[in-house]
Parts: sequence; C-alpha cells; structure tokens
Amino acid sequence: MNFKKLLTRPEFGAFVAAVGIFVFFAAVAGEGFLSISGTINYLEVAAQVGILAVSVSLLMIAGEFDLSVGSMIGASGMIIALAVTQFDWPLWLAIIVAFLFSLVVGYVNGWLVIKTRLPSFIITLASMFLLRGLTIGFTLLITNVTRASGLGTYTEGDFLAPLFLGRPLGLPISIWWWIGLSLILGWMLFRTPFGNWVFAAGGDALAARNVGVPVARVKISLFMLTAASATLLAIIQVLDTGSADVLRGEQKELEAIASAVIGGCLLSGGYGSVYGAAIGALILGMVQEGIVFTRISTDWFRAVLGGMLLAAVLLNNYLRHRALRSR
Amino acid sequence: MDPIIKLEGISKQFGKVNALEDISFQLFPGEVHCLLGDNGAGKSTLIKILSGVHRPSRGEFLFEGKPVHLDSPRQALDMGIATVFQDLAMLSLMSITRNFFLGREPKKRLGPVQLFDATYAARITEEELRKIGIKIRDADQPVGTLSGGERQAVAIARAVYFGAKVLILDEPTSALGVKEAAVVLKYIVQSKLKGIGVIFITHNVHHAWAVGDTFTVLNRGRSYGTFKREETHRENLLQMMAGGEELDELAVELDLISKRDPGQAGEIEHRMAKELE
Ligand SMILES: Nc1ncnc2c1ncn2[C@@H]1O[C@H](COP(=O)(O)OP(=O)(O)OP(=O)(O)O)[C@@H](O)[C@H]1O
Ligand SMILES: [Mg+2]
Repeated sequence: MNFKKLLTRPEFGAFVAAVGIFVFFAAVAGEGFLSISGTINYLEVAAQVGILAVSVSLLMIAGEFDLSVGSMIGASGMIIALAVTQFDWPLWLAIIVAFLFSLVVGYVNGWLVIKTRLPSFIITLASMFLLRGLTIGFTLLITNVTRASGLGTYTEGDFLAPLFLGRPLGLPISIWWWIGLSLILGWMLFRTPFGNWVFAAGGDALAARNVGVPVARVKISLFMLTAASATLLAIIQVLDTGSADVLRGEQKELEAIASAVIGGCLLSGGYGSVYGAAIGALILGMVQEGIVFTRISTDWFRAVLGGMLLAAVLLNNYLRHRALRSR
Repeated sequence: MDPIIKLEGISKQFGKVNALEDISFQLFPGEVHCLLGDNGAGKSTLIKILSGVHRPSRGEFLFEGKPVHLDSPRQALDMGIATVFQDLAMLSLMSITRNFFLGREPKKRLGPVQLFDATYAARITEEELRKIGIKIRDADQPVGTLSGGERQAVAIARAVYFGAKVLILDEPTSALGVKEAAVVLKYIVQSKLKGIGVIFITHNVHHAWAVGDTFTVLNRGRSYGTFKREETHRENLLQMMAGGEELDELAVELDLISKRDPGQAGEIEHRMAKELE
C-alpha cells in the first residue's frame, strides 16, 4: 500500500493522534506512564471502552446510534448478580441468559428503528431510560438495595467464567477481548459481503435496498451486536470486581461514540473504521490514565476529551474531503 | 420480433394525483426507446413501475410475453431489468469496486466463512470499465472522486456485466457537460448493439434524436403516442414535448426579431443550436 492511500484511510487521523498523545505523556510523565503497570492500566481502561466502541462503530457506519449500551451494562450486571445470589442459578446459566436478554433488547431496538423509521437516536434514548429505570426498579423490588456483591466465590469451578476472568499472559482479559473483537470485526467489515452491506446501509439505505442488500437485517443484527458487547463488558466487570451496581455503565455509550468518531466514523453513516474506533478507545484510555501521572488534576479529563473530540471531527472532515478530491 | 417489455393500459395514482393514465408501451431487444416529456410528465413514475419500485394501479405488464408482478427492484434486477436511477444510487464514499458488486459480491470460502473476493472484484471492475473505454487509475478509489459521466459509465457497465436484457437510464445526460453527454450516448449505442433494449429518458430532444430508434412522448401522465424514427422528425418531438403552443410563440418571436434585426436573430439561433447540440 502506498503512502497516499494510507493518508486517505478513515483511521489515519486517529493513528497520528494516538502516536502524538503517547509521545506527549511519555515525555511529561514518562516514569509512571511507561511503566508496565502504567501501561496495563491505560490499556485496561481503553479495553473497557474499546469493547463497546468497535461494535458501536459498525452500527454507526451502518447509519445508526445505540445510546442504550450504557444501560445495558447495568442491566446485564444486575441480571447476573441477582440470578446467582438471589435465585441460586449457576453462573454459566446466568451469563447465557444475560447474553440472550441483550440479543432480545438489541433486536427490539433495531426492529423499532426499522418499523417506525424514527431516528435510532430517539428510539435508543428511550431504551436507555427504560432499561436503566427497570434495572433500578426490579433490583430494589427484589433486594431492597442497588448493589450486589460477594460474587467472587461463584466463579470457582464454573466452566464459562475463565472466558471472562483473569490475566492470561499477564494482561487483563478485557484487553484480549478488545484486541480480538477489533481484529475480527475490522476484518469482517473489509473482507466479507456483510461488511460491504454495512457501508451501503449507512451510505444510502434506499440505493442499497434497490440492489438487494438486506438493509433491515444488517441494521438489526448490528443492534444485537452492540447490546451483546455491552453484556460482555458487564460480565467482565462483574467477575473482576465481584459486584454489580444498577448505575454501572452510565455515559459509556457516549464514550463509545466519542471513540468511534475520533477513529474516523462519520455521524451520518457510510464511512468509518473499526480499527479507528479501537484506536479512539486507546486514545481515551491513554488520556484518562496519563493525566494521573502528570501534575494536572484528573478533574480536567472531560474537558480534554471534549476538546479532542472537536479536534478529531474537524481533522477527520478535512481528511475525508481530501480523500474525495484525490484522484 | 417479440417485444421484451409490453405495457398495456398502465395507470398509476399517488393519492389523488394521476401520475400516469392509460399508458401503452413496448420495448424490443436492441432498440433504444426514448421516453420524452417535460418535468412531472410521469417519466420517472413509468420506469419505476418497470423496475419494481412502484406497482401499477391498473394495467398489464408483460415481460418476455408473460405477465409479471414485481415486488422489489431486486426482483426486476434478477429478471434482467437494470435501472440507473435519476439520483444515480451510487454510494459516493464507497470504492468503485464495492459499488460495482454491491448486492452481488463475489465470494470465496475460507473454511466456514464467506469472504468478499476483493482481488477478483477489482480485476473484473477494471476490465469491464476498460471495455467501455474508461481507464480507472485505481478501482479502490471512492466513487465520489469520479465525474458524473464516469459514474454513469460505472452504473451502465455494471448493468451490462450482470446480464441486463433491459437497461433503463433516467436522465443520464442531464447533469453532464457536452463532451461527457456524448460519451454516455456512446455507451447507450454500445449497449443496444449488444442486443440490450434501452429505455432512455431525457428532456433533451437532441440527445434523444442522436441515438433513439423509437420515441414515446409523455405529457401530464398521458402518452402522445409512440413514433418510429422514420415516422417523425426532431421538431415534431420538440413541439409535442413543449405542449406545442409555447414553441410556436417562440418561433413567432424569433420571426419578429429577425424582421427587425436579421443579424441578432441569426446570433440567437446560433447560440441556441450550440446550447442544445
Ligand atoms: N411517490 C410519489 N408520491 C406522490 N406523487 C408522486 C410521487 N412520485 C411522483 N409523483 C407525482 O407524479 C407526477 C409525475 O412525476 P415523475 O417524477 O414521474 O415526473 P418526471 O417526468 O420524471 O419529471 P422530471 O423530468 O422532473 O424527472 C408528478 O406530478 C409528481 O409530483
Ligand atoms: Mg424524473
């Protein structure tokens, strides 16, 4: 691949930014930031956003939003916690049920978006509130508290738990999932017919339908994917901390969208990159953890994030226009 | 020879709007059939019926002699009716190759997974475009980098490659400059010579006259009739398209000017001819 082609890839801007930010923190906070524990720290934060961001980016390329993934994290976590602690289910069964639940929620989100033709922003905003409210309501109804803890003991001997727990080769499992999902989904986007349909569904749904692309099926399956990735993250968190909280995952949907946008996804759909979203998550992780090692107070993180997002949108817009002009 | 497409007594209502009324229409293999008419005449509506986007309210639609009821554009496409819609229906941020094969991706297997065969797709795309005389530096570049004429070319090449028997083009030349329009007209003739029946929609009588074998003129949803090239001439078509009167008026005005100022009239006529040609 020649250099000019590299320049026009959607994730190019994010890649350059990631290198720049790494160099910046290495220079101002080298000792802590570059240490092994520092590296694992920011990679783990990045992984938690990244697991969501890579599937959210696919959905955005297909032209839709999912604002309900944050609430889905809280809901899945509580489903597992309650099933195990209150109803004595084996952990593996709780995990499977949580995944099934997320697939149903994703399906309903997608189905409503297709049937009502309302913007997915509105539909999933509604499901964001609904899911969060129902999670809080049912949890209080069953337990009288909004937290469940002491889940750590249930992982022993469970055959599914090792998939979501521990530190293979010294790295937290979330990092492995983040890398694995990025590679698989990124590969799917560029190398399979389904990936082609994702671009087409977001670029011009009507034109895509006219040549026989099953647009509804593509979109609905991506809503199911984003919901399932939220559940995946919830499981990892629950097993790692041994606890679940009804408020867990709040604002994660926005961080995931921010990562996807920093990674080159177009808000209007039809353009973007899974790898870009993964790099966007890496940037978020590096900034959030990097600030800790500097003398800057971490309270500034959101301001930095906001500024970066704005800069990313402007940069990516510029690069995309260049890509369309280059002949 | 039997017509490949035959419409009889086709009408289409949108609520209270009669977009088409009692239209009869035939298309033969290897024929360029021009569909003419002013804005809102019903041209796009007619071809949307042919391409499976709309269902007719009344009337009969025969394809290769058999009645058909199309439920989707994909169904029409699979039968061999390929349409290049007015809004072009290309995804400008997607590569030429991906656009070319959208909905019909060539596949190769990797174990249980079906992969998009990108190398094969790129090769065919470049080959097919070369056949109609377009040299693309890189089939991976986004369609948005192509000119309007090149996009039409890609759309036409795609239809031909996938074995269209009928090629419908909705105003393919309207947004193009003179040279590019001429190139698109050339593609129309190339397709016709392959035995494809072409339906060519245009506002521009001169473009129609350059390539057409048969002409159907629509006006406010009704047909003025179908004319063979031998049976009519260009001015006749112009007259019908404009509904007659306006053009007569224009002629009178020109006549008046020429009496007052022969030089200026000549110049106007020259300019119009250049504009239209
Ligand atoms: N989907 C629709 N709903 C309601 N009315 C429609 C619809 N499509 C077309 N019409 C109406 O039907 C009539 C014919 O429209 P059509 O688009 O077929 O004209 P046209 O000949 O293609 O015009 P143009 O040259 O501007 O493309 C117009 O009055 C138009 O407003
Ligand atoms: Mg039209």
